[in-house]
Formats: sequence, structure tokens, C-alpha cells
Amino acid sequence: MKQGRENSSAAVPIMDAEAIRRALQRIAHEIIEGNPQLSKVVLAGIPSRGVEIAQRIAAFIHRIENIDIETGVIDVAMHRDDVGTRPELPVVRASKLPLPLEERTVIIVDDVLYTGRTVRAAMDAINSFGRPARIQLAALVDRGHRELPIRPDYVGKNLPTSAAEKVRVRIGSAKEPDGVWVERT
Amino acid sequence: MKQRWNRKDLLGLHELSAEEITFILETADAFKEVGAREIKKVPALRGKTLVNFFVEPSTRTRTSFELAAVRLSADVINISASASSLAKGETLKDTARNLEALHADILVLRHSSAGAPQFLAQRLQASVINAGDGAHEHPTQALLDLYTIREKRGTIAGLHVAIIGDILFSRVARSNIFGLVKLGARVTLVGPSTLVPREFEKLGVEVSYKIDNVLPNADVVNLLRIQHERQRKEYFPGIGEYTRFFGLTKERAKLLKPDCLIMHPGPINRGVEIDSEVADGLQSVILDQVTNGLAVRMAVLYLCGGIAT
Repeated sequence: MKQGRENSSAAVPIMDAEAIRRALQRIAHEIIEGNPQLSKVVLAGIPSRGVEIAQRIAAFIHRIENIDIETGVIDVAMHRDDVGTRPELPVVRASKLPLPLEERTVIIVDDVLYTGRTVRAAMDAINSFGRPARIQLAALVDRGHRELPIRPDYVGKNLPTSAAEKVRVRIGSAKEPDGVWVERT
Repeated sequence: MKQRWNRKDLLGLHELSAEEITFILETADAFKEVGAREIKKVPALRGKTLVNFFVEPSTRTRTSFELAAVRLSADVINISASASSLAKGETLKDTARNLEALHADILVLRHSSAGAPQFLAQRLQASVINAGDGAHEHPTQALLDLYTIREKRGTIAGLHVAIIGDILFSRVARSNIFGLVKLGARVTLVGPSTLVPREFEKLGVEVSYKIDNVLPNADVVNLLRIQHERQRKEYFPGIGEYTRFFGLTKERAKLLKPDCLIMHPGPINRGVEIDSEVADGLQSVILDQVTNGLAVRMAVLYLCGGIAT
């Protein structure tokens, strides 16, 4: 994250640390409500902020239900459809999912849901590990502008934006508090 | 984030920084995991065409590159020297330009002349990956050796690595020396004085002619094949004598530390540079090297072939 940009006049704060905490706690309750068999649920975060968010939701579920829900990492870099067209090659990281997936519900967790292309890549990545019973989607922020028929099952905040804006999320930084900002570029 | 890779070609480890080498190894970590999936294939290089152009014979390197490319969803064409127009007198440059005219994106080249990959890299838009050029470099072999050491021992800095055998003719040795020294390992070269000249000390390594003095202190021993095909003169009296003085026999292997790794780039001459019992023993990571070679080559193809041109 670029230092200090969220403090410039163009950055509008949307969520502070407390708002993020409440949103993730609510998502945890919704996941519990929607999945009677919690032991079959895997929270698969998309690096790097999705992984942090997945772990926080898992911690809330543990606090509420006293169940250690499984978490995983689903890296989408090698499943993207735009390699060779972007100036910067995405850094690939190892994915990690509990196996087999066949009986499980995999919940993809990301910070910002935008075009849906990242989620499409994540679903492809998950399918290369096996065939889960269900795939669901949780996002801290849904900013709209979908380019694919994809919708989230769990949303922290619906945030209408214009395509010219940028949504910045900071979560899990050792030095600075969590937050969500919108920047006009 | 700062771009950590901006090369279209991989020609050798000599020109790479320690950071670039480490970045390739980290990228290979991600690709190694793909091999454990039910569907061992990702779309990262979908639509790209890779040409395996092997002017010198090779089975394992060519197969490894081919499988790596297939797992990245690239299309692969294999060309060997005897089947190419080189046999009809076409120059290397013309052959390569024809391949590029067919929209090849990545050219994996093995050639008997040092510098052939660099020659083409400067003249082609396509990515050029050196799969071994003469006695110069074999970068992906060294990268998979580094990867295997790092995987088994956690780090490379501070380890003592002995490279044993035919150093003079070995591109594997040169690439390994460059990589190991950059990552902070201590390197000792061991072999007959005719095959391990003192000049190698200029590369920041030690030279020894007494294997029994080196083995007890080594954390890794990398045994190189005696390359019959490159030896035009007599460099040592005979195979039997080589084995007696420098072979890793069952008895000699007892000198090694219990956690010392035994490596070999293959193909193995069983009973010459290494005894069968040692090659198949618990300290041997020779087959791990083959598995890791696939991950490392996927990483190299992704990094060089994936950047926008």
C-alpha cells in the first residue's frame, strides 16, 4: 500500500477499524447461519488481504461457536486470463486447500469485489484441486461494475463507485490501523 | 510494488542478482504446489507457443521443459538438430528467425557452442531460455539444484557445497558456482587436477584434489557425470582409476555427515562417479532434483514468457 495516500485530500474514508470488525463479525454470523455443517466449510482467502480477512472471520466463528473452521489460500495469479497484456507480471504464490474438496463448501474470501474476474480465476483454481460440493463468495467491500455473472453471498459493505475511483483497503498492517478509503483519480 | 523480474531471456546465472535468483526460487515454490493438484495444469501461458530447439541430444532437460510448458497450457514443438534445416546447412540465426516467423514466443535452446543463446536473444523478440550451451552455463539445472538445497536445508547461505568431478567441461558446475556464491554458500571443487584447474579459484571457490578431506565437512555433495563426449584428450588414466580416487563409493560415503545431501544432475554413471547403493540411499535427493526441475522450469517460463513484449 502506498504510504500516506489515504490521508491526501482525494481519499475519502469509508470504513474504520471498528466498522471492519463489525462487518466481519456479521459475516461470521451469516456463514454460521447458512452452513449447518460448519466442519465442512473452508475459508479460502485470496492473497494477501483476503487471507487476513479469512483468518479474522475464522477467529470470530471460533469465538461464537467454539469450532476451528478450516482456512486455505487460493492464489489466482497463474489462473488469470491477462498474462502478457499487463505491464507487471503478477507474483505467484502457493495455494493451499484441505483435501479432498468433494464434500466441502469452499468460501472464497477477498477484500474488494469489482469486475468478478479475480473470482472467476479463483473458481478455476479451486476446480483444479477437486470438485467441492459448493463454492460461495465473501467480500469485505462490493464496489459493483461486474463484468461476469458473479454475485457475492456475504458482503461487508456495498459501496457504489465510479470506474474512475479506486478502493483502498488496509488490513493487518503492523503499524497502521485498518481502514477502507475511496480515492478519486 | 517494485517489479522484481523484467528479463525476457534466461541465459545464465552469471548475470542474475541474488535477489533475482531468490525470486525465481520463490516463484518455483508456487508452481511446485501445482504438481500436487488433481488437475496439474494452469492457464498461465495459454496461447503461447514454445519451441524446444535441442541441437545437442538431451532427454531429461527437454522432457522437463516440455512438461513444464504443457502444465502452463503453452503449445510445444520439439525440434532436434538432425531433424532441422541445420543439417541442410541453414545457419542458426536463419533457423531461429524462421521459428519466430511462425510466432514462437519462447525458444528453449540447447547448443554445443557457448554463447549461442545470447546470440539469438539479442536478435529475436521471442524469449530465449538457455538449456545448456557448450561448457558455459546450464542455468535451469543450477536453479533446480539451488531449489533442492533450499528446500531440504531451509537456506543456502553458510552451507558448504562440494562439487565433484569433471568441472572443466561442466556447464552445470559453472552455473552452480555462480548461483551458490551469490547466495552465500562456501563452494569446494574436487577432482583430478586436469579437470579442476586452479583458475576456478578466481570465481570465489576453493579447489581440492583430495576428496577424503572434503567429504567430512560438506553439507551438500554434487557429483558431476564424467562427460566422455567432451573429452578429446586423455584427462585421467581411466574410469577405474577415477572411481578409485574420486568416486563416491559405499565406503567413502561413510565419511559424510549424516545430514549431508547427495546430488547428481543425471544421467548417472552407476559405479563410476557414484555407487548404486549411495545413489539410491537415504541421503540421495537425486529424484527430488528431477521433480523440482519441473517447478523451476515452470517458474522460468512463466517469468520470461509472461512479461509483456
